[in-house]
Amino acid sequence: MCGIAGLIHRGKSSNVGSELQGMLQALKHRGEDSTGYALYGDTDGKNFIMRFKVGENVGEGSSSVMEDVSVYDERKKIVDQTLAEMGAKIVKEERTLPYSLRYEIDYDTKDLLDFSQRIESIPGVEILSMGKSLEVIKDLGNAKMVCDRYSLDKVVGTHAIGHARMATESGVDIKSAHPFWGYPFSDVSVVHNGQLTNYWNNRRVLENKGMRFMSECDSELIAVYIAEKMRHGATLEEGMKESLTGLDGVFTYFVATKDSLGMAKDTMAAKPLVLYESDDLVAMGSEEIAIRSVLPQEIDTYDPFDGEVKVWQI
Amino acid sequence: MANLKTVSKKSKAQSMGMHTEVLTGRTQQKFFNPDEAENFYYFGTYDVDFNKRTELDVKDMTAPEANKEIDNLMSQGYGTIVIKNPQGKHSLGVGILNKLNLIFEGSLGYFGMGSCDGPIVRINGRVGWSCAENLMAGKVVIEKNAGSCFGAAIRGGDLICKGSVGARTGIDMKGGTIIIGGDAGAFTGFMMQRGRIIILGDVGINLGDSMYDGTIFVGGEIGSYGSDAVDSELTSNDQDWLKRKLKVAEIGENFDVSKMKKIVAGKKLWNYDNLEPTEKKGAI
Repeated sequence: MCGIAGLIHRGKSSNVGSELQGMLQALKHRGEDSTGYALYGDTDGKNFIMRFKVGENVGEGSSSVMEDVSVYDERKKIVDQTLAEMGAKIVKEERTLPYSLRYEIDYDTKDLLDFSQRIESIPGVEILSMGKSLEVIKDLGNAKMVCDRYSLDKVVGTHAIGHARMATESGVDIKSAHPFWGYPFSDVSVVHNGQLTNYWNNRRVLENKGMRFMSECDSELIAVYIAEKMRHGATLEEGMKESLTGLDGVFTYFVATKDSLGMAKDTMAAKPLVLYESDDLVAMGSEEIAIRSVLPQEIDTYDPFDGEVKVWQI
Repeated sequence: MANLKTVSKKSKAQSMGMHTEVLTGRTQQKFFNPDEAENFYYFGTYDVDFNKRTELDVKDMTAPEANKEIDNLMSQGYGTIVIKNPQGKHSLGVGILNKLNLIFEGSLGYFGMGSCDGPIVRINGRVGWSCAENLMAGKVVIEKNAGSCFGAAIRGGDLICKGSVGARTGIDMKGGTIIIGGDAGAFTGFMMQRGRIIILGDVGINLGDSMYDGTIFVGGEIGSYGSDAVDSELTSNDQDWLKRKLKVAEIGENFDVSKMKKIVAGKKLWNYDNLEPTEKKGAI
């Protein structure tokens, strides 16, 4: 089933980590195999923030294979060495969990493709997100468990999207969890509720164009599909509108960039979405109770129609 | 209640094109004989007094707890119940088989007022997916917007949304009336078998797709027609009925019904198995 939620504050910052946690926890009955957050925090915008993993969570329910922590240490060492070779300086380093790391990197580039390919050529290493504001945090368990594990409740920022996952098409692991980073674009993330039926056809075409897939989760296709459109000059909104015909199946998805948040709904409107919109806040989720967790008072909400695409700026 | 046994086969409703097939074989008369109405009763229904009013705050209740409490209040004879702080909870007000005046001061989540028979309900907010699914009788009025699958498979009663509704409104409906004050999404009236849908605003793609019978009236633009949905003539009987219905529904009383479009089943898919392959192609 899966549940998605997102919000964007316009003209101000707020405690988006805590707000998104409340929204996703309200949707936990839609799936709690894994939960993911894409948070756009307040930063000085100088350094890249790279969230990456050197292994998988092999806790209860995981479909991943157990590895020794020493393997993670070895992978981390190779990442550090590769960064040094590329001239990227690690300004700040956090290792929240043995397999999950957060680096602030001083690195001057506009093309993250080569950078990402070199880092991800290290076996077992996957970049979860790369950007100057975006941080993707995803792990097994429900929203509260992941929030507590990574201390996300204090993150202040302008907007965020998240996903509560019931695994149906692929494994219970971090690599298949949402949100997906819009590789290789800085600060682009995607969450999706639904099923894409032309995943393999599109994947083959996109791989031939040099795009990369890290999982076998159909939702990853949306991130890659839109990233490929943007790579050829399309705006976010144009890419999303093209996806309505380019992607086959049923879907409601959100895309976020450094300064915007968008939603798209397939032409059959088969997947739910409830939307609240005011001058200073847009909040949306698979169910109204997600919005109620941040706006308990009486509010006017609505369901976007079939084939609708909307984008909001901060 | 009209005696079904004495109603002529070509009724006024049939002349309006609301259901055109003549019932044969296992008709409604086999299932329900109005002469024996007094022998029909639902287990667990109560004698309630509409003048006996109470309020129920469900803020800290789960949906089952709230529904049990509504039942408990009806057992005490309360005929008017005001629900405070529904806050988008799912499945509130389901399975009420009683006459009751029920008012929600707020919005409902999914499956609100499902499988009800008899209550008069006003929701001063919005409703999520599948509101009033399987409604058998009564009236449900939503003051704001509604989600998809609004009035799915209803058998009877009036379901009114003063705002706009999502996709698949009236899917599989088998009777009753759905009235929408705003716009409606894709696949409105999908596979409907009986009943009437009135939409004052625009409607999305595939209107009336694969409808077996029933009638859809649209006041605005139509995105596209679904398979086997066709235009029909809007008669003076239709206009009289629409005016009356909109007035009773407190919605669009001054709406110019003479410009509405009337959509019915083309009945080509209805007898699909009897068609020659070339005819099937044409029907699709």
